[in-house]
Amino acid sequence: MTIDLSSFTPWASLSGGILIGIAAAMFILLNGRIAGISGILGGLLTPQKGDIVWRALFIAGMVLAPTAWLLTAPLPDMQIDASYPWLIVAGLIVGISTRYGSGCTSGHGVCGISRLSPRSIVATLAFMFSGFVTVYIIRHLIGM
Amino acid sequence: MNKHFVSAFVTGLIFGIGLLVSGMANPDKVLSFLDIAGAWDPSLAFVMGGAIAVGAIAFTFVKGRTHSLWGEPLRLPGKKDLDQRLIMGNLGFGIGWGLAGFCPGPALVAFGTGAPKAIVFVMAMIAGMAIYEVIEKSRTKAVN
Repeated sequence: MTIDLSSFTPWASLSGGILIGIAAAMFILLNGRIAGISGILGGLLTPQKGDIVWRALFIAGMVLAPTAWLLTAPLPDMQIDASYPWLIVAGLIVGISTRYGSGCTSGHGVCGISRLSPRSIVATLAFMFSGFVTVYIIRHLIGM
Repeated sequence: MNKHFVSAFVTGLIFGIGLLVSGMANPDKVLSFLDIAGAWDPSLAFVMGGAIAVGAIAFTFVKGRTHSLWGEPLRLPGKKDLDQRLIMGNLGFGIGWGLAGFCPGPALVAFGTGAPKAIVFVMAMIAGMAIYEVIEKSRTKAVN
């Protein structure tokens, strides 16, 4: 293992993480809900009365974040190397499996671990593990 | 306007800005974090660390309460069992995450930049969530 110090951004990442934590804290303290993105988005596909607007507004806030950012600074680097077919396959897998597994990086990884939920700790270990293995296979075994 | 709607929007916005600051909205950086056998960029561990440190304070505060500060019922996941759905779902999610470097939150933020590849990923992800709902519906029908 070698650490890539040139792209290591501990302070920016810690600050961003703190903002994410503040968002998760606000949502449970004020709205009484878990800020889990896959659950909030997925819930819009089976709309229930009185359960639509807050979901749509939360998603709108996330989607408008880059626009708000652009009011003060140019957007940070964003590099998407995956090809279109690859992105479609990855998107389908992420969509199906986050709903099947009741959460993603935000709901399990941030909120779940923050409240020491055993299910979320197991979930986070599972997706971290398969994420590491997938990248290892693609980059070092297949060599893509 | 209902204050809960405002807080949902603001939470989504802060969450999205946190993802931009942290570097998580950049799939290239996410994949460098998942590539522990290559030139490893450990930054994203700092995102999780920062978010959990703040989140833990809020979730500890609400422990034992039934309502949020605004009087909303606290909706915390009640499931306790480490079932096959949780484990298979999250192993699957990690594969999708490792294929493209996108998880649901960062994908929505990237979608908001208008990047065509992010739009395609989000469309596929929503299609995946819809496929999940169709499968679930037919499963529950089969059980009944």
